[in-house]
Amino acid sequence: MRSTINIAKAMVGPVERDTPPRKMSRRSVGEIIFFVAATVSFLLCMGTLVVMVVDLVQTSAGRLTWQFLSGVSSRLADRAGVLPAIAGTVWVTSIAMVISLPIGIGAAVYLEEFCRRSALSRVLEIAIANLAGVPAIIFGMVGLHLFVRWCGFGRSVLSGGLTMALVVLPLIILVSREAIRSVPRDVREGSLALGASTMQTVWHQVLPAALPGLLTGAILGVCRIIGEAAPLLALGAVTYLTKTPSGLDSPFTTLPIQVFNWISRPQVAFHHNAAGAIVVLLMVLFVLNGAAIVIRARGQRRG
Amino acid sequence: MGQALKKEGVHEIVSVADLNLWYGSHQALRSISLSAMTGEVLALIGPSGCGKSSFLRTLNRMNDLIPIVRVEGRVIVMGQDIYHDGVELAELRRRVGLVFQRSNPFPKSIYDNIAYGPRIHGERRRSELDGIVEQSLRRADLWEEVKDRLSASALGLSGGQQQRLCIARALAVRPTILLMDEPASALDPRSTAKIEELIGMLRGEYTIVIVTHNMQQAARVSDRTAFFCDGSLIETGVTSELFTNPRNAQTQDYITGRFG
Repeated sequence: MRSTINIAKAMVGPVERDTPPRKMSRRSVGEIIFFVAATVSFLLCMGTLVVMVVDLVQTSAGRLTWQFLSGVSSRLADRAGVLPAIAGTVWVTSIAMVISLPIGIGAAVYLEEFCRRSALSRVLEIAIANLAGVPAIIFGMVGLHLFVRWCGFGRSVLSGGLTMALVVLPLIILVSREAIRSVPRDVREGSLALGASTMQTVWHQVLPAALPGLLTGAILGVCRIIGEAAPLLALGAVTYLTKTPSGLDSPFTTLPIQVFNWISRPQVAFHHNAAGAIVVLLMVLFVLNGAAIVIRARGQRRG
Repeated sequence: MGQALKKEGVHEIVSVADLNLWYGSHQALRSISLSAMTGEVLALIGPSGCGKSSFLRTLNRMNDLIPIVRVEGRVIVMGQDIYHDGVELAELRRRVGLVFQRSNPFPKSIYDNIAYGPRIHGERRRSELDGIVEQSLRRADLWEEVKDRLSASALGLSGGQQQRLCIARALAVRPTILLMDEPASALDPRSTAKIEELIGMLRGEYTIVIVTHNMQQAARVSDRTAFFCDGSLIETGVTSELFTNPRNAQTQDYITGRFG
């Protein structure tokens, strides 16, 4: 709340300075209206978030126990836990990142360093931007067809991870390109002038200098995967699991799918479980986003 | 390449004949013929946009980085036509170092800045690298100032120190020719004096081609001067003669400050 007041102060400041002391000009009236509108918008956003979190915490009160975190699926709401969902989320996220990070950064390097400003580059750019906007459920259907059926991986954690890799790939390419582009031209030229090849320049100078941005992209990708349910629903992730995945071919569930499943049940007790799972999910996202901000800030200070 | 490069005894270490250069449809260099002698300091002067930097960057083919550039003519560096197919760019750029207008240290430690060049050319031995780093920093007159903080970031150095670090970095790969693109134009007078002093120390050991828009600087540091204007080479001569007794009226106007 204090931060809200500070922001409000910061916004009022310039208005006071710009306004002539005697009479209210038309400009200052406009600025006050604008200020009020902006503040109301801001408070609406914050209010929604606060109401949501308070409601979730209240609903899930008493459910966030060790037994809930370490328990497996059960037909009885007060015995059911989220461990398989947490494990599944970790599995899917890890597989997706292991695949999408090298490919995404590699594609970004290609686009930025090797085919800059060609017609092909422009077409690819549009294609990737469009891919980033494709609804995730579409990727789920691609995954179902490609990985589950055609590759024969079944409804396994591997299929889930591969599908999620497709979902985040455009995002990782876009963010990585931005990070690579932000490395000063001077650094590249300095390296090339010493006789380094383009590959050596990229590997030893550009990528290390772009690392904070690349890491930010990776964390944003992780957040996207953790929160995504639709593609895995299309894939047919199971929701009743009594053990955590033990290998790439294991059946799996994830936190958002567990939430979706519990909410669609008639018993109110399961709704409380869903609230608990959402709180767990939010906490994971909060920590990861915090890490992204810290990394980016550190990178900016260094640069 | 190796065979041709060994002929370093030749008098003209750089020999450019009838060089034309275009950026897209804009012609930036017109029929330039100019040579640099082994061990001399050659200054390129002229108003902004006259093509002196473009000329400098043809000598180690840094213009290749700009996709729309087209080069015609003969550029012989150390006995070899460098725009001929089959030239090894890595080796060319190792032998022909370039110091940029804006100092551009890598966002790494002082040590790693210097060791980067030798490393990419295959030097892995730590003791050897230590020696190269010290020697290069000494030659660039920076060793005494940084010897106790070699692992500190190069970005923490002052502007003048950064530029001397870049010179040391270029020296670390043992070049024969050193190209300098207005190396002191972003520096304060004291750092500029330091750079000029350094050029004096390196003269003879390296062939130096320096672009400058500061005519006093050209007069102070160079043996010969070439005056460029609108993409053409107007006049070239021994520095003291060109500044005191220019043959061309345009040169006269420029060095007396009537334009540019």
